[in-house]
Amino acid sequence: MGFVSQVVRDSDTYARNRADMLALVEELRGLEARPVALSEQRRARMEARGQITPRDRLARLLDPGMPFLQLHSLAGYMVDSDDPEASVPGASVIIGIGFVSGVRCVVVVDDSGIKAGAMTQMTMAAFLSAQEMALRQNLPFVHLVESAGANLMEYKVELWANGGKLFRNLARLSAAGLPNLAILHGPSTAGGAYMPGLADYVVGVKKNGMAALAGAALVHAATGEKADDRDLGGSEMHASVSGLVEYLAEDDAHGVEMARDVIARLDWNKSLPPRRERSYAEPRLDIDEIAGLVPTDYRIPYDVREVVARVVDGSEFEDFKPRYGVSTVCLQAAINGIAVGIIGNNGPIDPAGATKAAQFIQLCGQADTPLIFFNNTTGYMVGTQYEQAGMIKHGAKMIQAVTSVDVPRITLYIGASFGAGNYGMSGYAYEPDFLFAWPNATTGVMGGEQAAGTMEMVARAGARRKGEKVDEARLAKQSAAIAAHFDRQAGAFHTSGRCLDHGVIDPRDTRLVLGFCLETCLEGRARKVKPGSYGVARF
Amino acid sequence: MFDAILVANRGEIAARIIRSAREMGLRTVAVYTTADAKAPHVALADEAVWIGEGPVGDSYLDGDKILGAAQRAGAGAVHPGYGFLSENADFARAVEAAGLVFIGPEPGAIRAMGNKAEAKRLMQAAGVPCVPGHEGADQSDAALTQAAQEIGFPLMVKAAAGGGGRGMRLVHKADDLAQALGLARSEAKGAFGSDELILEKAIIEPRHVEFQVFADTHGNIIHLGERDCSVQRRHQKVVEEVPCPVMMPDLRAAMGAAAVEAARAVNYRGAGTVEFLLDGSGAFYFLEMNTRLQVEHPVTEMVTGLDLVALQIAVAQGEALPLTQEGVVLNGHAIEVRLYAEDPANGYLPVTGPVDLWQPASGSGVRVDAGVVEGQEVSPFYDPMLAKIIAHGPTREAARRRLVRAVEDTVLLGTTTNAAFLADVLGQPAFAAGEATTGLLDRAYPQGFPASEPAPRDVALAVAVLMQHDRDAALVRAGYVSPDQLGWSSAPLLPRGLSLNAGEWRVDASVSAMRGGWQVWVGEERLDVTLEGQNGSLRARINGQTVDAVAHVAGDRVQLAVGAERLTFHRLRAGAQDEAAASGGRVTAPMPGLVLAVEAAPGASVAKGDTLAVLEAMKMQHQITAAISGTVREVHVVAGQQLASGDVMIEIDEG
Repeated sequence: MGFVSQVVRDSDTYARNRADMLALVEELRGLEARPVALSEQRRARMEARGQITPRDRLARLLDPGMPFLQLHSLAGYMVDSDDPEASVPGASVIIGIGFVSGVRCVVVVDDSGIKAGAMTQMTMAAFLSAQEMALRQNLPFVHLVESAGANLMEYKVELWANGGKLFRNLARLSAAGLPNLAILHGPSTAGGAYMPGLADYVVGVKKNGMAALAGAALVHAATGEKADDRDLGGSEMHASVSGLVEYLAEDDAHGVEMARDVIARLDWNKSLPPRRERSYAEPRLDIDEIAGLVPTDYRIPYDVREVVARVVDGSEFEDFKPRYGVSTVCLQAAINGIAVGIIGNNGPIDPAGATKAAQFIQLCGQADTPLIFFNNTTGYMVGTQYEQAGMIKHGAKMIQAVTSVDVPRITLYIGASFGAGNYGMSGYAYEPDFLFAWPNATTGVMGGEQAAGTMEMVARAGARRKGEKVDEARLAKQSAAIAAHFDRQAGAFHTSGRCLDHGVIDPRDTRLVLGFCLETCLEGRARKVKPGSYGVARF
Repeated sequence: MFDAILVANRGEIAARIIRSAREMGLRTVAVYTTADAKAPHVALADEAVWIGEGPVGDSYLDGDKILGAAQRAGAGAVHPGYGFLSENADFARAVEAAGLVFIGPEPGAIRAMGNKAEAKRLMQAAGVPCVPGHEGADQSDAALTQAAQEIGFPLMVKAAAGGGGRGMRLVHKADDLAQALGLARSEAKGAFGSDELILEKAIIEPRHVEFQVFADTHGNIIHLGERDCSVQRRHQKVVEEVPCPVMMPDLRAAMGAAAVEAARAVNYRGAGTVEFLLDGSGAFYFLEMNTRLQVEHPVTEMVTGLDLVALQIAVAQGEALPLTQEGVVLNGHAIEVRLYAEDPANGYLPVTGPVDLWQPASGSGVRVDAGVVEGQEVSPFYDPMLAKIIAHGPTREAARRRLVRAVEDTVLLGTTTNAAFLADVLGQPAFAAGEATTGLLDRAYPQGFPASEPAPRDVALAVAVLMQHDRDAALVRAGYVSPDQLGWSSAPLLPRGLSLNAGEWRVDASVSAMRGGWQVWVGEERLDVTLEGQNGSLRARINGQTVDAVAHVAGDRVQLAVGAERLTFHRLRAGAQDEAAASGGRVTAPMPGLVLAVEAAPGASVAKGDTLAVLEAMKMQHQITAAISGTVREVHVVAGQQLASGDVMIEIDEG
């Protein structure tokens, strides 16, 4: 169907929307630049040790010019510090999906330029997410190791308890037939020693690469032995004595080249059926216009079809039941020639919208068509009329369908995503294959305004019951505090800092991100892997 | 009469001869060695006979083998080309004794002109002007020194049996004479088997002007005009042109008549070249006669419209020349340059290597005679000439401009060539003005032709080509990737370090992918590069400026042709530094060549600069000297051994 856009490019609204959205994108880029700049400060020190920087390692590991999708670039934002100006996103780790010797891999690089690559709670959350990604999408896993380990000053018992999952996941990857490789660029001590320990392949870098259950200091404290770090766990020792290291590299860059060679030798795509060649047209409408057509304030409505039309092939789609449950939009389209089902919102989801979406999800499941969710909903409709119409049971059908459908799901938070509406629209807890937010996205149980209003009603009712006079000043203060408490946690940068998505993206990159994610999902599902009962053991 | 020709040569001239022979309906037989198995002359001929492994002594210079091949293949005639056996009277006689036709003069003429001293006596008798000099049976230093005093300095010491610059020395003052005599004797002995020398007055900065003569077996002798081959490096011709820029009709008539007389004096047959020195006053002196087809014959063909090889064959078939002297018309101007596998930046030393990419120029007025095919190796066994690039135009300037363009457009990547040097020579003001003498190159390039540090633009181009090559290699291996995602990353720019070697320079760059291109940093300079096309002709935009280039990537080496520049970059791989650092005491062969002498012995102590060995390569003797002082640990070579470039010769422990 040819979609006719109603967007007026030279309107004041368009200009205002665009300025607002680009300011948010600017803010995103500014946040992403913080760990880059901070890590770069350690360059001289690393070079003096004969090392190259973690980002240079990553860049040399990846095939130049092949696409790279970074994940969790804001991890830890506003967790490491309450000060929005001082907080450094990234959780001292760089994660993404990229290509190594033509093989799509999950890549994790310890950013040893930041707090020596020490692991925090959010580092672990992002790390676990990366491992889950590899398991789910059948991707080899590559880890460039240089970490001081867990920060003892910030020790929490649950960090240690949960930390075991990192190693369990490596064992699961190996058992699943998904090779995982570690390069020891620097230290990997204590629990971290099991990073190489559980890797299928270990490349050890001479001089700096080191893995030991305890470094010299702890050994001295524990046993009184005066040990030398290189004898305890140097790459050279592991390559010739302990047998932990398979490939001994002269330096960081050499180690990365060796890793590329090892990955190339997997001939990983030998089992991948060739892709059916599809020709497709770029969107007829300019994707850049998304910045101007989407209001950053979720309370201002717009037609989500305007967004979809700028993302899908040829700007063309079929509108599924457009006259039924009209505020829930179901579209059939294609991205990079891959047929997709798209569900979007033009407001709250009513009973008709919920049943329409549930049916649409099942149809996509039947046809094995990947689903994309464009979240912009304040939730399921409330009120007597809707309760009586069966909002709960119809919403439940939609949640059930989302939970059970076995096609790839990609979720985008492009505006509001509140309450159970977020669940029905394949939110975080529903474990979509990929979940990205636009910088204007707002998520939570409800909007701050609604929360404040609800609490105000409760307070007034309570006062009325007790026959007390309402302290208007106190109530206003309480409402403002509640609104602020909700809104502070609702912003995309905040939620992404807590790893409640895979990252925040520039809305104008949406087609590229979706294309990359779809191709990753399809490739992962098409690939034949050879799982075993156990991971491969190092003898 | 014969209907099949064996071509006793290789390279471009063999291909050239086969072309004309085939056009005349003759069957062609090539000879080849293992080293030449992929050479184009083998493919072009109707039949090819293997005559040896590689070294010329056992193949192209082995008259018996060639004659045997001709007889086995049923060839009725042998065309020797130039070089090799072309001026070997014994071979010519053997060919005729075997009942075959030798496409060239009679053995007597070859012998007469082959000996410089005898030739000069003959020419003087025939009234051909000769350079004052001395030739005599008394070869003692005393006799030669006495003669030198009479002639006066500067003078040339030459091998009596020589040609092509071997055994030739220019002596400026009496003090240097003794040493020059020694060196010339040894080179002459090595090259020609005779150490007889002659002395000649040195004509300072003359033009080298030669006349193409042609004689049939019916008593007709004509000349086809001159060729000016003044642009020479160490007596090797670099540029040749017709007409000579200062030629006047009466001078041409006088020199042409002298050339015809020279040919008549030896009862000449077929194609020959009489070389003269022409000084600033218009006086000319007989230099020598080459009793064969010259390398530079195409310029004559382009201005006369004749096919000299076809004429040679016709004469050999006994036909009369199809035109008289009056019928020879010189039309326009033609210039030729010789493309060599040599490194001008490294003393013009010959180089070997693969031919990865070969794109000869084409177009109106342009001719490329080549013996090159992609996939071939330039071997150390043979002359490093790869091709001749020739341009013709109505005027000298038109021909010159066309030739510059043709040199730029003729792209050979793989091994190093002198293309940039050739274009530079053609652009020298003195050459452009038609004022070149034999002194041009020494004056224009007193420091040789040193390479310069690669410009950031070229580095950026090399980096982008390498990265795009890597990307395309990854794309081929990868699964499901849409092309419009190439260069895209959701992350901030991710620059990677990259180090390249370009000759003696090491360049550190960093590069990040962008959608549609590359952002390259070379030092403090940022260059945004986009490329269209890959491996082969490509069009780059570098900071908005369009650059056309030809690129080839082979492993870690990227070669670029930009204009006449030919640039080679090597990507430095990590972990390889240790090996490079350890090579201080390793003396390696700087070029392919034959070990003439080894002067270092194991255990001997040597000082920096001491001669360790002598290597003969491409007609020159090169002293291999110690780069560091120390003790000779090991000697890996012996005299008479053939070396490839980079072979380890001697190892020295520093101390």
